[in-house]
Formats: sequence, structure tokens, C-alpha cells
Amino acid sequence: MLRSAALLTWPALALLALVVLPLLLLIRISLAPPDPDGLWTSGVVFDAYRNLAEPAWFATLVYSLCIAVLVAAIGLVLGFPLTLLITRMRRPHQVTWLVLLLATLTLSDVLIAFSWQVMLSKRIGLSQMLVWLRLMPQVDSLTPSVGAVIASIVYLVMPFTMLTLYPSLSAMPTEQLEAARMLGASPRVVFQTVVIPLNRAAALTAFAVSALLALGTYVCPIVLGRPQNWTMAVIISNAALAGHNVPLAAAMSLALVAAALVLIAAAFFGARHRWR
Amino acid sequence: MNFGLQLQGLRKSYGGQLVVDDTTLTVPPGKFLCFLGPSGSGKTTLLRLIAGLEAPTGGRIFLNERDLTDTPAHERNFAMVFQALALFPFLTVADNIGYALRLRRATRGDRLARVRELLALIQLPEIGTRRIDQLSGGQRQRVAIARALAQEPVLFLLDEPFSALDARLRDQMQSELLMLQRKLKITTILVTHDQREAMGLADSIVVLANGRVQQIGAPSDIYRRPANRFVAGFVGQNNLLEGRFIDSQHVEVCGTVIRAAAKAEPCTPRSPVTLCVRPEDVRVNPDDARNANLLHGRIRLVRDLGDRIELKIDCGGRELLSSLSPADWALIPGRESVRVQIAPGAGTILTC
Repeated sequence: MLRSAALLTWPALALLALVVLPLLLLIRISLAPPDPDGLWTSGVVFDAYRNLAEPAWFATLVYSLCIAVLVAAIGLVLGFPLTLLITRMRRPHQVTWLVLLLATLTLSDVLIAFSWQVMLSKRIGLSQMLVWLRLMPQVDSLTPSVGAVIASIVYLVMPFTMLTLYPSLSAMPTEQLEAARMLGASPRVVFQTVVIPLNRAAALTAFAVSALLALGTYVCPIVLGRPQNWTMAVIISNAALAGHNVPLAAAMSLALVAAALVLIAAAFFGARHRWR
Repeated sequence: MNFGLQLQGLRKSYGGQLVVDDTTLTVPPGKFLCFLGPSGSGKTTLLRLIAGLEAPTGGRIFLNERDLTDTPAHERNFAMVFQALALFPFLTVADNIGYALRLRRATRGDRLARVRELLALIQLPEIGTRRIDQLSGGQRQRVAIARALAQEPVLFLLDEPFSALDARLRDQMQSELLMLQRKLKITTILVTHDQREAMGLADSIVVLANGRVQQIGAPSDIYRRPANRFVAGFVGQNNLLEGRFIDSQHVEVCGTVIRAAAKAEPCTPRSPVTLCVRPEDVRVNPDDARNANLLHGRIRLVRDLGDRIELKIDCGGRELLSSLSPADWALIPGRESVRVQIAPGAGTILTC
């Protein structure tokens, strides 16, 4: 009895230490007066939250959410069929793909962002290929641009999307797909009416995970985007490091957490919807 | 003119291993056929080839003289009930049954009417709004059958659909399937390893082993006149007695000449043959024994199975299995040293 109680206690303590305490600390800092020479001073003020009411800041939050949702959607649209394809391969090929996916996670954000910058530059990379394919009139740099920011973040989150989808897609019963075919469904209709509904929960989890990861990206928008393409993570960082206003950064972080919770709630509300 | 389903020299191999070998057969329209065989006999693969879920390595598939070999599964209008049933858990019962009609763009009214009709047919009119996980095993079975029949298929395929059910429910579902098939007169092929199920359902049974057809025939023919030792051993219980061929109707077993059923194929006199005798054709202490087909033996084991008494009798070193009614068993005095008669004309002579 005592042992089982002890076993249950440690996750609760871990949750308290790693989530609740930092969150309480963040709330406390957001209510403190800023100290330009240090982090913050004692006392309680609501200045940081008053700053959040500015339309420019709110526009950045909405922009960041839109980028996150768009990245997650692109990741899902590309990652779902690709993961399905991997699960239909023979076992050794599946393992090779999974190892490759995991290997991309070892690359740092900085390395990925600068690799994309090289790839999208004027002198080498994608631009020349697009000209050769007659999709672009002349060689030009594709950065900085919002497209470059989105593409690089999609690259960053795709392994997470695919690894979240993989268990569900690989365990999918093939008999249900065959049953649909016997009932007259073409492969495309089987995908739409059976594969997607069977993996709806996994797809929405993958969507939520990718959107949250995209919401927190920092390096890619700075390296590959213009200031107007910067996301919330960059704005928060600037407030804390350049503006020396740690309470404002804390308040903005809390607002971002709230927005992330809304996003997760929306994704899981969507998971309850059924195909009819 | 009705031609039904025809398989011509159908073959399937995986990586050089032949799973279905040169299968040729015809299923007349409206008939109930069973593929019967042990695990690995190729019966499910043969069914999947017919369904279009596997591509054959060789041979052709015709339905009413139309070549369907290269037609994709979803364009064949065949229905299939899978071993695991494969109902869609994300749809209600009514949506499961109406799935095929939805794909065919049936109007909502037509779809609902057909779903109601099928729910009535499977005697579950009230369960349309339920989820699949709210159904019992038998209800799921019926819903899977109704879903398959919704599209009014030209061929109904079932892959061991009752194997997961308990014995009582299995019997009930078999009767219901047979009544449904008789009512709808739909050409049906069922795969099973259960010879009792095959005997009770089929108009015709195809016995398979190692990917080859061993025998095709009516259940009584398969049971009474097995074509070879495999069929004799696989379908029901059997006594397989080694002997010598005398003529087309007589075999010598244990020094006794036994009159069996006439054998059509010629055989060299004195060549080794096997006499196949069903336990119910092994009589013990018969009243009218005129010394024909008579052996002497000792009862080694008695098993009371309720409706039958099963005896193991040692006849000069060869064990014979006999099956008697309890009433016949009660009339046998002594019950140790007995006269055993193989019913004249009942045994089948099999070439070794």
C-alpha cells in the first residue's frame, strides 16, 4: 500500500516541479515591475498585461497561430500519406525510414535554418532549379520570405508529425480497407472514408504536436524571415533580451500558453467529430 | 443461360512457393459452395483470388463468361465477410450497412429504406443507431452479413466468419446463413476448416490440401466416397485398413475378404490398397451376420458421447473404430470379445 502510494507520488512531484512551479514563477514575474538593470523588482503591477492590449502585439499572436496551424496542416497533408507509404513497406525498409527520420532530429534548429538559407539563396540551390524548370523567370534569392519561414518550420516538425502517426497507421487493420474495397470503394475513396477516420485521433494528435512545436520556433523566423514575419517566440525573446523587460516577456509567454491550450482544445474537439 | 463462376487453371505463388495450384472449377448460379481444408491448404488465398484482393500468378476467373481476372476488387460487385468481420468502428450500424449504397450515390431515402429492409432481414430492426462496440458477437456477425448484402452482390464470399463464435451461436448463425442464402438465391462461397460446418451448409464441397483440389462433390459424396486418403482422413472419422485388391468390389483385409463399394478405376489384382470404412458402418455382433465381411475382435475402449457410443476394437492387431447408438450398445452381451462386421458394400477402396 505504502509502496504503491510512493510510486504514485513521484509523478505528481515531477509534475509539480517541472510544470506547476515554473508556471507559478512565470505568473509571479509577469506581475512584477520591470528592472532595466536586472530581471525584475518586488511589488505587483499590471503594466505587462496592459501592453498585451496593443493591437500590434495581438496581430503578432494571431499571425503566429496562423503560421503554426498552416505548418501543422502542411505537415499533416505531406506526412500522412508518406507515413502510410512507409507502413506498407517491408520491415527492413520501414526501419531504414524511421532511422532517417530520427536522424533528422539530431540536427539543431540553427543548422537547419542556415541550411535552408543556403538552399534558397540566389547563387546555389532551389532558385536555379526553378529557373531551369521555367517556373521562375530569373535566378533570385527566395529569402527572406514568409514562404521560406513556413517551409523550414515544416521541415522541422515533419519528423514529429510522422513519428506520431506511425504507430496508428502501422497497426491499422488491413481487413477494414479490404472490406471497403469489396463494398465498392476505389483506393482514393478507401483513403478518404476508412483510412482517415480510423486514424483521426492520431492525425489530430500529430496536428496538435506540430502546431505547438511550430508556435515555439525561434531561429527559423529570424534567419529566413523579415521582421514582419517574426513569430511570438522572437518577439518574446526580443522583449526579454533586447528590451530588458522580463515581466512583459513573461506575460506574453503566458498569453502564448493560453493560445496553445485553445489550439489543443480545438484539435481534440475536432477529434470527436465523426464521418457521416 | 446461366454459367456461374468459373476458375480456369488458377495459380498463385509467393516467392516461388505455390499456394494455389492449377485450380479449375465451376460454381453454378445460386449454389452454396464450401472450400474445406486444413490451415495452409490455400483455401483463403483461393477466395481472395476470386474476390480480387490478390492477383493470380496464372489462370483466369470468369463470371457468366465475362473475364474478371484483371478487374479490380471494387468493380466486381462481389461481397465478402471477413474472419474478423472488419466492421467500421467509426460508423453506426446503419452507416456500416449503408456504406456501399452511399458509395453508389443512392438517395438518402433509398439508403434508409434498404438499411431498414436488411436490419429486418437479420432480425435486428432496432439496432441501426448503435455503435459497433455496443453489439454482441452474434449481432456483429449479422451486421457484417447485412453490410455485405446491401449492394446486392452477384457473388457472396465468406472467410471463416463463424470461427470466433462459441459452438451454440455458431450453429445458430450457420442455420441463419443457410436460410438467408436459400431465400436470396445468391451464389455463395464459404471458406472453413470445420468439416461439420461444410457438410451442414454446402450444396457442394471443394476439399483442398497443399494448394490443390483433392475432391469436389456433394457433402454425401465427400463423406461416403472420399477420393483419396487425405479426404478420407480429413472429412469425418474413418477406419483406413491396409489390404490387397481382389476385384473391383472385393478387398482382402486380415485374411478376410471384404465386399466394398464398386471401384470404377482398374487396379492390379493383389496390389496394396486401402479400405476406407466409416465408424457407423462397423457393426458389432450383428443379428443377421451371414459371415460376410466378418472379423473377430476385442473391445479396448468405450466412450459414451451421449447420442453415440464410440468403441475401439482390436481386430488381429488392427484397431477399428465403431460408432453405435446407445440402444444398439445396450443389446450387446459380454461386451469384450465381439464379432465385427463391415457393412457389405459400404467401404471405399482407395489406391495406395
